[in-house]
Amino acid sequence: MSANHSHSATSTQKAPASMTLTLKVWRQSGPHSEGRFEEYKVDGIVPDMSFLEMMDVLNQKLIKAGIEQVSFDHDCREGICGTCLMVINGSAHGPDRGVTTCQLHMRRFQDGDTIVIEPARAKAFPIIKDLSINRSAFDRITASGGFISVSTGNAPDANSILISKTAADLAMDAAACIGCGACVASCKNASAMLFTSAKVSHFALLPQGQPERTDRVLGMVKQMDIEGFGNCTNTGACEAACPKEITLENIARMNREYLRAMLVTRKS
Amino acid sequence: MTNRVLDAKIPKGPLADKWTNYKFDSKLVNPANKRKYSVIVVGTGLAGASAAATLAELGYKVTAITMHDSPRRAHSIAAQGGINGAKNYQNDGDSVHRLFYDTIKGGDYRAREANVHRLAEVSVNIIDQCVAQGVPFARDYGGLLDNRSFGGAQVSRTFYARGQTGQQLLIGAYHALMRMVGEKRVELLARREMLDLVVVDGKARGVIVRNLVTGETERYAADAVLICTGGYSNVYYLSTSARMSNATAAWRCYKRGAAYGNPCYVQIHPTCIPVSGDHQSKLTLMSESLRNDGRVWVPKAVGDKRPPSEIPDEERDYYLERIYPSFGNLAPRDVSSRAAKRLCDEGRGVGRSGLAVYLDFRDAIKRDGMDVIKEKYGNLFDMYHHITDENPYDLPMRIYPAVHYTMGGLWVDYNLMSNVPGLFVLGEANFSDHGANRLGASALMQGLADGYFVVPATLANYLGGTKFDKVDTQNPAFADAERDTKARVEKLINIKGTRTVDDFHKALGKIMWEYVGMGRTEAGLKKALVELPKLRQEFWSDLRVLGDSKDYNLELEKAGRVADFIELGELMARDALDRDESCGGHFREEHQTADGEALRNDEKFTNVSAWFYEGADKDPTVQREELVWEYVKPSVRSYK
Repeated sequence: MSANHSHSATSTQKAPASMTLTLKVWRQSGPHSEGRFEEYKVDGIVPDMSFLEMMDVLNQKLIKAGIEQVSFDHDCREGICGTCLMVINGSAHGPDRGVTTCQLHMRRFQDGDTIVIEPARAKAFPIIKDLSINRSAFDRITASGGFISVSTGNAPDANSILISKTAADLAMDAAACIGCGACVASCKNASAMLFTSAKVSHFALLPQGQPERTDRVLGMVKQMDIEGFGNCTNTGACEAACPKEITLENIARMNREYLRAMLVTRKS
Repeated sequence: MTNRVLDAKIPKGPLADKWTNYKFDSKLVNPANKRKYSVIVVGTGLAGASAAATLAELGYKVTAITMHDSPRRAHSIAAQGGINGAKNYQNDGDSVHRLFYDTIKGGDYRAREANVHRLAEVSVNIIDQCVAQGVPFARDYGGLLDNRSFGGAQVSRTFYARGQTGQQLLIGAYHALMRMVGEKRVELLARREMLDLVVVDGKARGVIVRNLVTGETERYAADAVLICTGGYSNVYYLSTSARMSNATAAWRCYKRGAAYGNPCYVQIHPTCIPVSGDHQSKLTLMSESLRNDGRVWVPKAVGDKRPPSEIPDEERDYYLERIYPSFGNLAPRDVSSRAAKRLCDEGRGVGRSGLAVYLDFRDAIKRDGMDVIKEKYGNLFDMYHHITDENPYDLPMRIYPAVHYTMGGLWVDYNLMSNVPGLFVLGEANFSDHGANRLGASALMQGLADGYFVVPATLANYLGGTKFDKVDTQNPAFADAERDTKARVEKLINIKGTRTVDDFHKALGKIMWEYVGMGRTEAGLKKALVELPKLRQEFWSDLRVLGDSKDYNLELEKAGRVADFIELGELMARDALDRDESCGGHFREEHQTADGEALRNDEKFTNVSAWFYEGADKDPTVQREELVWEYVKPSVRSYK
């Protein structure tokens, strides 16, 4: 796992002009069908291509050969919408740190490489088709408390709420989550703690988030369990896989929020 | 059948009182009655999510439809730099009136005064609302909100959350929406694409959607339909839009009678990462905010291929600072883009292709230190580094203009209602507020203004003042529209030709960029109007889409969108040919000043062109809405 920024000089010099790769891609025609790996060869892959552009090359080739395209979800292709999660050689979003699949570039690979591409696997993220998965569980967790209840028109002047730069910056670090699910995909328990804790932290750090502090954490954690996500055993794989580098500190903060909430709501 | 009289319905009274007067004169719907009205909101970006949330808070029955797997994915999320708000927190002379004036001037005097003034007025409420929702805007050490500058303005009125402002604002609106979903006050339908509008007795009463997972078509009925589906930059294939961004919902409305306003107004953004090869699938923007600290330059000599570090200052042409001294590197987007193109056309471009200029942070890093620059722009620098494999802390960025935003869209009146009663259009999907060129940090502002503050008032006025017959999905208009939709989907999959959707989309993009791009000529546009119908014909006879229509089929989705893009491209070319002047982003090479700036023809074109669909084999017709200037005097738009 080399950091993305350290390999730049060598990779441009050594990378061949064009690569031929072997892809082992997970194909599954529907949620209840049996899946399997299919092997495909692609050539003409240049180092400046993004991983998804390489997948485009594959699909164009398949369609021309009369084989149905590999289904994979993607949208912004600039690392912010969170759609494009796939598992590449066993890592969510591939080998680079702090990068989504769409921002992973082929200069990271060598001519002749075999790349294994599969969907994120978690009970709470059912497969729709091939690499496309259903992550609506995250929406339901958000709907269970991941907000501040301020209907439009009720807001005071923006500068009447003073927030220290440190708190604002930390809240922004947590709010940078793109909801891609890499944390779940890389966790051996398929836990959604990093995702949920990022949201809980974002609001716990801000004065606006205080009134609903208790209900928020209880509601979101409860929904997380209902959805079938696993528990957290502090392995930290989620933090390593997170393309936005959300830290474990958020999980610690959520645990504290949860404990506090349990205490203040305890019936005597 | 639909209303073809273009009445902008601008309220009476002085400019600054119009919106207040409107709200006072507006019909209201009492709280108990609101739940009797149903509203469909199509699209969940900034405009859609904020509208759906707010209307549900007010008590309406709301159905929100998104083609994405989650409302949080909409492309508003990718906006980087910021959102304008006339708060004057920096005490630098800003005001609602100044934001209004900057926006009108920025749009090259092709927007409606009353709409733009309302936008500037509610801009301050947006900032309040977003902060209350917990949007983590940047702050200074005293805990107050920070601002920066954007192009076309001489004040600092742009609020930002690092380089992820769009993301944070969308997540704020998404939270508000999900709160309503959780309370069962909004029905959220994800992975559904609107494929037709249902019009009953001349009013918009519902939509036909395709469930993208099962491939089945579904019918939804309501008392009003809000289109919040964004712009059509992807007509060009390569743009800064997300790959799924499309014009289909708006185009279906056009085909059901809604007028399309100013389709030729396209914004070419000056600072994008240049194309690296034929494999390129999309372009990535480098935020305009970078021009607060980055200096744009090219070598003075034609063909100077030395590395940038070896070119001394006196041999560099900091051309924006030279040509536009009062705005410098923050000249507006259309002006900056054209300047870059002119210099590259002269042979002074840099990089392998020669189609790039430098955006250089050397002086800013020297002045403020590396840490300050990192804190301000870190995520943008990283993004640039990932994509180009060059470190912008050491080397200047290479940038080039790219298609970024479309000012044109469905025509709407002051109520944001199209000429089809009950059909409202919000955000980038409408044509209304940016004239012929949008200023930076104003798209987020408009999306949220429309959704949080404008449509909640104007929708009540419509619902409260309209008699509704009971219409449900059993109405024959639904069956007709569903039948048409199914037939079109089946037709796409049954062509069984040889060329892929991407093949056609790339061919379309080439024609559009060449002839309907940054510089347009009569001859070029006429050529496009020959090439595009040819491409349309080839598309419908040689397209290959594999798989099943009753399945999750991403190629089939794309095929429908590209079919509509080809038709819309034709309308754009037609509008560009018809508008025989240069204004804002629409640059007709025949009409320029001696130093290459856009030359308007106010006598003939102080108006909005609204196009009407006349049938499959007929040319569309155009009607003009004359723009009335009560407060601003259109003048030569100078940034010198």
